[in-house]
Amino acid sequence: MRELQEEAKLRMPWQDVILQTSVRVLIPFIQLFGLYVVVHGHYSPGGGFQGGVILGAAIILMALVFGLPASKHYISENVNKTLSITGPLVYCGIGALCILFGGYFLDYSALNRILPLGPIAWRSFGIFLVEVGVGIGVMSIMLRIYRVLSSAGTIDQGL
Amino acid sequence: MSIVSWVVAVLLFLGVFFFAIGAIGILRFPDFYSRLHAAGKCDALASTLALVAIALFNVRDFDWTLFQSWDNLRVSLKILLIILFVYVATPAATHAITKAAFIVGIEPWEKRKRNR
Repeated sequence: MRELQEEAKLRMPWQDVILQTSVRVLIPFIQLFGLYVVVHGHYSPGGGFQGGVILGAAIILMALVFGLPASKHYISENVNKTLSITGPLVYCGIGALCILFGGYFLDYSALNRILPLGPIAWRSFGIFLVEVGVGIGVMSIMLRIYRVLSSAGTIDQGL
Repeated sequence: MSIVSWVVAVLLFLGVFFFAIGAIGILRFPDFYSRLHAAGKCDALASTLALVAIALFNVRDFDWTLFQSWDNLRVSLKILLIILFVYVATPAATHAITKAAFIVGIEPWEKRKRNR
């Protein structure tokens, strides 16, 4: 009993075959479900924020089980920063584009002048575009918060 | 009541029964490891039974000429996918918690105290 405990302590916490295998199986499905929640947000419960949290949780799970360096290999810190800027930029960009084409801020029916789909279709599609932006932003910010908290500010060797 | 309703009722009852057994096990077992044993196993089986019951109830009036029925069938298949997820996720989570407890150094319960 004691020897086994000492041996388990010596290993790093993420060197665990059962967890690694199950997480490797689960992560693609979690990401697929996150995309589903983002895309299906205006017909069913969900939306940009919730889908972004699920997408971020998939990568946080990877960071928990395979270690922080492995998740940095998957999404590096520079890519994460770029994504966290891209999300709000898509949101505000769509809103500003509506102003440029003669509507109010986030009044999607003004976008009808770019591509004439009809104002009702544009309202639905505009919400979708804005939610994609929100999803990207929330995903990268969740990942960023986890990385900073788990490694005490130095994002090199976390939990 | 049709046969499907009876099957759904029996499955739901069995699911609730196993959930109750798991809850009693968590309360009554003597130490951490055996409590997790009760929690992990009973939850997987009970949620399987309950989800199969829900999926069956969703397609109880299946009529292949109606679009609505095929929609319900799709929702039922999604519910069945949750079972696969539970079957992968629950044992892994239980394993992680148990291993963490083992590394921290919680001793397993024994009926007779060892002479030390």
